[in-house]
Amino acid sequence: VSIPLFLLMAALTVASALTVIVHPSPIYSALGLVSTLFMLAVLFLGLDAQMVAVLQIIVYAGAIVVLFLFVIMFLGVDRREAAGPEATKFQKPLALILGVVALIEILILSGVTKWVSGQHSTAGALDGPGENVQKLGQSIYTRYLLPFEMTAALLVIAVVSAVVLSRRQQPSASELSSAEQEHLDSTEREPQ
Amino acid sequence: VTVPGAWYLVLAAVLFGVGATGLLIRRNVLIMFMCVELMLNAVNLTFVTFARLLNDIGGQASVFFVLVVAAAEVVVGLAIIVAMFRRRAAATADDIHALKG
Repeated sequence: VSIPLFLLMAALTVASALTVIVHPSPIYSALGLVSTLFMLAVLFLGLDAQMVAVLQIIVYAGAIVVLFLFVIMFLGVDRREAAGPEATKFQKPLALILGVVALIEILILSGVTKWVSGQHSTAGALDGPGENVQKLGQSIYTRYLLPFEMTAALLVIAVVSAVVLSRRQQPSASELSSAEQEHLDSTEREPQ
Repeated sequence: VTVPGAWYLVLAAVLFGVGATGLLIRRNVLIMFMCVELMLNAVNLTFVTFARLLNDIGGQASVFFVLVVAAAEVVVGLAIIVAMFRRRAAATADDIHALKG
């Protein structure tokens, strides 16, 4: 990636990220998030991460942000943040100071150059033979097979928990099968 | 002329700082979730940058796992937000105590 392109992308990324955190309307925040994610996908392309860039667009910008937008639409688009009393006094200035301090800390830490242990990776080289997708897939399905299966379990748990969380507390009798109705009756008879 | 890797790391640090500040400033839980996504993406950028700097595909594999965990987190988090809205018609961070069982 040439330097002007990087600078343009970096400026757009930071500008969209700022839109996310300062805009009062959640819709604009979500659109700022989409924009940030697209800019990051371009930067990933420049870093020889074609597969990650595609995943970024499909999964993040395509699925996760649509989920955000869906919930925003579900709850009401024109809802603004309530200007009620803050739980903590001076929360915003304090938060700004904390954010700047965190940023400076990270920048100082990244100046420390003793990050690399000198050990060679067991996951495979980035510039080896084959396409990026092939190398990434080979790495995930061999070296990272156990974490991969754990993420599958995690996704199942997340889906089940989302269903449980969004169920109504007392389903009406017409929604239940007779077996469920009997189960509900028997559990209600038991003392809590 | 290519961009030095440190520039990407600085950009990631700025993005992380923006996300952390937003998480502290905003009271709308949805926006706070978006800020968490921003921070996760900043970390993804460092992973991909280090993958190129150290010539190691493991960094990109880590991004894959971060993506999956972020998706799971958003699913559960949005379900909690919708549950909050059922209890009371607001979703600020101060309303979470309404979910006590």
